[in-house]
Amino acid sequence: MGEGGRVREGARAYLLIAGMWMRSTMAYRFSFAMTTFGNFTATFFDFVAIMLMFSRVDALGGYALPEVAFLYGLSAVSFGLADLVIGSMERLGRRVRDGTLDTLLVRPAPVLAQVAADRFALRRMGRVVQGALVLGWSLTRVDIDWTVGKLLLMPVILVSGFGIFCSVFVAGAAFQFVAQDASEVQNAFTYGGTTLLQYPPTVFAKELVRGVTFVLPLAFVNWLPATYVLGRPYPLSLPEWVAFAPPLVAAGCCALAGLAWRTGLRSYRSTGS
Amino acid sequence: MQDSDFITLEKVEKVFEVRKKAGFLKRERRQVRAVDSISFTVARGEMVGYIGPNGAGKSTTIKMLTGILMPSAGRLRVAGIDPSRERTRLAHRIGVVFGQRTTLWWDLPLIDSYRLAHRMYRIPDARYRENLDRCVELLELGALLDVPVRQLSLGQRMRGDIAAALLHDPEVLYLDEPTIGLDVVSKAKVRGFLKELNTERGTTVLLTTHDLQDIEQLCSRVMVIDHGRLMYDGPLAGLHEAGEGERTLVVDLERELPPIEVPPCRVVRVEGPRQWLAFPAGQSAAPLVAAIAAAYPLVDLSVREPDIEAVIAKMYAEKAVS
Repeated sequence: MGEGGRVREGARAYLLIAGMWMRSTMAYRFSFAMTTFGNFTATFFDFVAIMLMFSRVDALGGYALPEVAFLYGLSAVSFGLADLVIGSMERLGRRVRDGTLDTLLVRPAPVLAQVAADRFALRRMGRVVQGALVLGWSLTRVDIDWTVGKLLLMPVILVSGFGIFCSVFVAGAAFQFVAQDASEVQNAFTYGGTTLLQYPPTVFAKELVRGVTFVLPLAFVNWLPATYVLGRPYPLSLPEWVAFAPPLVAAGCCALAGLAWRTGLRSYRSTGS
Repeated sequence: MQDSDFITLEKVEKVFEVRKKAGFLKRERRQVRAVDSISFTVARGEMVGYIGPNGAGKSTTIKMLTGILMPSAGRLRVAGIDPSRERTRLAHRIGVVFGQRTTLWWDLPLIDSYRLAHRMYRIPDARYRENLDRCVELLELGALLDVPVRQLSLGQRMRGDIAAALLHDPEVLYLDEPTIGLDVVSKAKVRGFLKELNTERGTTVLLTTHDLQDIEQLCSRVMVIDHGRLMYDGPLAGLHEAGEGERTLVVDLERELPPIEVPPCRVVRVEGPRQWLAFPAGQSAAPLVAAIAAAYPLVDLSVREPDIEAVIAKMYAEKAVS
């Protein structure tokens, strides 16, 4: 089977399993409604906190509320989508520890797809919806000098951000083959990462900004392309074209994450648990 | 590959590296040989029992045969396929039942798990119908199909799991402790079904168990593994001899009496009018019973088979001495 065949097989298995989990959650309808609502509210208050901050100050690191909302929306939507699609991978450590990963390994489908679809939870849609609302609101308020390039860049930002966050999830899960209790470390990068990106890069120390640009390239999720769209200076002195680099960065991250996943799975299959 | 070497293991080894804390930040590395140079073949259609104490290497062997684990050394083939290299291709040809972990969907009706298998394994519709109907009939699942799995009893769930492993017509069925924790009736149902599966469909069955009765009633061949080594491979009857197992006669007399003297019996315990007599497993019990009944006032009597752990323990002790 070629690489294309594997991807198709994986997507098919993913949809089958995610469908089963959706039906499983529907076995407890009330609980589903409550957690979806809870998820939406929790993320909603997340943004309310930022709004409250702006009742005291006019700008944060030189960014006004609509501009911060723009950053927030981009980050929340791309992270929310990644969390919705493969967020449950952080549970891999548990499956390794209790040995139930074995039951996935005897099925005729790629393990990555099966683990990604594990405990698929539609309630995570709450974060995506909230992020999209904030993004929509910010677009009505920010003063952007729209060009064709900027318009085209918008969907590219979201898709690339989704890809970058997905690769962080996959790499984190791969690490759990080695250290089964590492899900908290992973959370620091995923949930922590998205919170970081919700604020303007200008409020952080240069070292941190450098770190999320060159080491863990989260800056490509929204900071770099968004500052371009907003017509503001880059946080670091970088050439203008980096605003269009997110797809490349995302592809690179996915490739590395895939490699990490293979290594992790191989170590599981050769060491057992 | 021929039918006679449907499953082949040649000097298969599995070495785990265990890291242990040895002081602050210091880790001691130790190698554990879970499977130590095991070789055997299983013919198509055979039914083999794979037994041994906990931690002997049974599950590790099964995991290598299903492609979950990669062997550290040696050659391993199932239906001509190298399990660890072609895991998904092999998955279509094998069925696996983990006695202590269900593969069924906990919150959904039993039938939903089967529908998923139907699509995931791409089983042709007619074939799926036929296999499902057969399993439902023989495993008595009819009334359970619409019940959420979490509401099933352990025995019902095990039957459900076995059916799930067979819908895609596997040529080999691996069962890891299929009767663990089941009541007598459920055990009988499971055994009856497996026997039928093996004789009627010719499915090759490899099962690990702690229950000697599983082996007695199902397997013509038994393999004993301990400390990662194959200690015995042959018929069950031979195992008793190999282990020089002893059977026990439990004798109830009319009243308390001094220990019974009927050679080659050996009194191992006396408790009021009840006495326990050990005798070689290879010997028939009938003449002994007759001799005891002739000389003592006998009220009741029963024969106990040696348990598998004792037989293996004894076998191992002897190997160590020789």
